[in-house]
Amino acid sequence: MAIMPGFVVTVVIENKQGLSDPEGETILRDLVLKEGRDEANGGGVRDNDGNENGSDGCRISEIKTAKMLRMTVDSQDAESAVRDVRKVCDALHLYNPIVSSVDIAAELARE
Amino acid sequence: MRLVKVGIVVFPGSNCDRDMHHVLRDVFGFDVQYVWHTKPIPAGTDAVVLPGGFSYGDRLRAGAIAAHSPVMSDVRRLASKGTPVLGVCNGFQVLTESGILPGALLVNESLGFMCQWTDLVVENASTPFTSMLRAGQRIPIPIANGEGRYYADEDTVRDLWRGGRVVFRYADGPVNGSVGGIAGICNDDGNVVGMMPHPERAAEYETNPADCGPARMIFESLAGCASAQQISHAGYIGGGERGEARS
Repeated sequence: MAIMPGFVVTVVIENKQGLSDPEGETILRDLVLKEGRDEANGGGVRDNDGNENGSDGCRISEIKTAKMLRMTVDSQDAESAVRDVRKVCDALHLYNPIVSSVDIAAELARE
Repeated sequence: MRLVKVGIVVFPGSNCDRDMHHVLRDVFGFDVQYVWHTKPIPAGTDAVVLPGGFSYGDRLRAGAIAAHSPVMSDVRRLASKGTPVLGVCNGFQVLTESGILPGALLVNESLGFMCQWTDLVVENASTPFTSMLRAGQRIPIPIANGEGRYYADEDTVRDLWRGGRVVFRYADGPVNGSVGGIAGICNDDGNVVGMMPHPERAAEYETNPADCGPARMIFESLAGCASAQQISHAGYIGGGERGEARS
């Protein structure tokens, strides 16, 4: 019997759209977008071009927290790994479909 | 002396099971036994309580792992047969996670563990746990939870209100972000009630010297309801036609 390759499957569980995420909102409002930090406390956050967040650089407009499960799965291919993990997630409610959505992705494990 | 058999389900991490046992047995005279979560619920059990605590340390989500415990198939079966089932705090979370009650309990909007007195308003006074209360009555009962923010989608919440299935709401607004200020709900038949506040912490003068009367009525309601069941059961044994034999 052939040895099946190993995959790393990541399962990201986050609140459905429209459901508030007070932790993400607080990180955005009270840390990332907070005005008036002095240099000792991080000052303005600059991107690689030296632009401050909120000026010419990228602007972060939303932060959502999530729970991430990383699984090691032996499977024939990535698609089967994702499909099988999704079955487990659905059957055992690893995420709560009432309030959460789930995003599942697989990549070949490094030797 | 009332000797109605109540089973308290104990999961790994339950921690209000002994408080509940004390109140049910020592204060209200029930015949109480613990039921470890891998064991069946004994035949002849008249009511089931899922107590508060942190089953499996709230890992994954509060109640998510306990919802798959072997005992839950018995809880589900008894619930569908009309046996009174009360889930308090983590017990409520287990009932929603297992789909016996609708909706979900999310992390409080404050993101913190909230331990404080709340006033509840009785919205449904016809469940086995509220029949001796009045609709609109205020009950002081404390909450103690980190994941107590009740959530269900709009249609479900509307159906809950229309169907009289909101049993308790917070009197002074949603203390933790619960939709509609919902603090407790029941199933369609009304025999399964889940609530975040802890009635077992409010039903004695020693723990609630200000006003333990209303919270006591939650347990008195069960006593009255369960006694009525026993009478009906006795009638059945005596050759009456009504009633189903209990397992």
